[in-house]
Amino acid sequence: MKHTVETVPAPLPPDDYFMMGDEASAEGAIAAGCNFFAGYPITPSSELMVRMVHRLKETNGSFIQMEDEIGSISALIGASWAGARPMTTTSGPGLSLMMEGIGYAAMTEAPLVVVDIQRAGPSTGQATRPGSGDIFQVRFGSHSDYEIIALSPWSVQEAYDLTIDAFNLAEAYRVPTFVLADESIGHLREKVTIGETVERWHRPTAPGMPPFDTDDENGVPPMPAFGQGERLLVTGSTHDARGFRKTQDSAAHQRLVGRLVGKIRNAAEKIARYETYSLEDAEILVVAYGFSARAALEAISELRRDGVKAGLFRPLTLWPFPEAGLKLAAKSVERVFVPEMNWGQVVREVERILHRDVVPITQVDGEGMRPQSIIDGVRGRAGMNS
Amino acid sequence: METLTYLKNFTEVAEEEIMKPGHVACPGCGAALAMRLALKTLGRNTILIFPACCWAVIDGPFPYSACNVPVFQVAFETAAITAGAIRAGLNATGKKGINVVAWAGDGGTMDIGFGQLSAAAERNDDIIYVCYDNEAYMNTGIQRSSATPWGAWTTTTPGKDFKKEKKKNLLEIMAAHRVPYAASTTIAYPDDLVHKFRKAMSIEGFRIIHIFSPCPPGHKALEKDSILEARYAVESRVFPLYEVEAGTHYTLSKNPPQRPVNDYLSLQGRFRHLTEEQRDYIQKNVNAEWARLMHHMRVSEAITNEHPA
Repeated sequence: MKHTVETVPAPLPPDDYFMMGDEASAEGAIAAGCNFFAGYPITPSSELMVRMVHRLKETNGSFIQMEDEIGSISALIGASWAGARPMTTTSGPGLSLMMEGIGYAAMTEAPLVVVDIQRAGPSTGQATRPGSGDIFQVRFGSHSDYEIIALSPWSVQEAYDLTIDAFNLAEAYRVPTFVLADESIGHLREKVTIGETVERWHRPTAPGMPPFDTDDENGVPPMPAFGQGERLLVTGSTHDARGFRKTQDSAAHQRLVGRLVGKIRNAAEKIARYETYSLEDAEILVVAYGFSARAALEAISELRRDGVKAGLFRPLTLWPFPEAGLKLAAKSVERVFVPEMNWGQVVREVERILHRDVVPITQVDGEGMRPQSIIDGVRGRAGMNS
Repeated sequence: METLTYLKNFTEVAEEEIMKPGHVACPGCGAALAMRLALKTLGRNTILIFPACCWAVIDGPFPYSACNVPVFQVAFETAAITAGAIRAGLNATGKKGINVVAWAGDGGTMDIGFGQLSAAAERNDDIIYVCYDNEAYMNTGIQRSSATPWGAWTTTTPGKDFKKEKKKNLLEIMAAHRVPYAASTTIAYPDDLVHKFRKAMSIEGFRIIHIFSPCPPGHKALEKDSILEARYAVESRVFPLYEVEAGTHYTLSKNPPQRPVNDYLSLQGRFRHLTEEQRDYIQKNVNAEWARLMHHMRVSEAITNEHPA
């Protein structure tokens, strides 16, 4: 079923603000109608949590500091099923602890938002330094088959905007949704323009209708909440349309998991978003996201000054990946490069989509991606060393 | 078993400084002083296990380590389990005479690591578990923990929303596990701290030492007042020093004349917002908790005498 749309005045007076990425994400959450936050301290995401303490107080929402991240994700699932619009924030190690809950949220189709301020890993890694190592973890971290949505901001403005989008997508598709920022964006301070209104999407509702299956072709069933008078049955076990456990029924399992995956895959091109820069005559394509895309934009303009026809493809959604857009962008380029602050994650997705050799440019030194790393990478492989 | 007595004077503590200068703790850090005294007592045959906590940073960046003994830095929730497993591994390879010491903050002990702490205690893993308690997540920016006391300011319990829940009573919880040894101590009483480590070393099985550790940045207190704050915590009976053996045999370690709790609160900016009524409320709670502890000690002793194991 389709979600409903509400337009409300932005909670912050429309203006230009100067704030940190973590704070902008908190403001985006408040603008999106977030009224529940559960979290556990972890660098570099704690500033977001602390901002939510104050903002939820002002907006009469609920804030709970949890005992660990298993607590955080479980609290979000509970609050979501009580009808709230819940969010947490964390970083890699905390996200790892959340994995069982993320699978449970996907299985029970609980809308919730996790803002992951990524840091250099694996394990404890460099707690105060950026990395982009959680791209696969958010998508494949919990066991078996499910889909999620993940957005990747490249600026403090987008930390605000994409957090709003994350809430709306989570509600519209009844799916856990991630904002995959990193320490560079989380702790960056720059201008944020707050508009006059905010669009809030609300989960589809249809009292009395089954909450776990639908004939609607979008595959999203209506979602009641505890306390609305329905005798709800919510389970992480395989279940039928009403929520009854069907742990020995192969057809029910096939249908349920097929729908959980299908509702996102079938809408992938609708959800997917991207931007392109200087693609018109490009021979070299750089595919970059998040903070790395800022460096890539600088890199392609420097390369162009030196006569290298380089262009940039920037996905705003990493999951689902904008496949059609990427294919179009790569159609007539000679080489494709993917700079990342990890040892090569999105590059695999790009290779899978394009069916061609793609060159990873990895910078894993706990620093934000440098334009020079991309320029060096492109020159090295493209045989254009000057 | 040899009965351990308190040090007659401090020169009985090993002169050797195992913990070296150059650690990166904040000035006035109670946890740093606690480590210095603990290592003097434990000696070099010690393995330290740190989960995520201030001490994971204080020890210094590789290759510099202030501790000068082997250190295992583990995931946030895993100090007790890893320590227990190190002991099991040492046993499996026939190595004896090594102190395996988990050294964790209050969050790693009473929040995220609580399940594993309880499990290690129930299995009676042969380790010394130390909780240095600065009463919040100081390393990530002063967020409340379940060890933060009622009334305290933290960044997640700001202003009028100061913490309204009471501090988790770690020692009573551990005593309820009937572990061989559980004790509280603090840096203002080095004789007590050293005594309790010596005693823990003389016992086998699960031992836990709860150390109250003043934190000047987190408690909004002066660096020079750390010892005073710890002393006032004991004198005001906010943090009584006692031992529990086998979960049932209680010994009160120090019983100085009672000081008004306000003396303790006034040293710390984190309590600055409290009204007189709220301070009275804390005083009443402290008195009640103390009475409960005294009662508990008497009753527990009487029952043990009545039902000798």
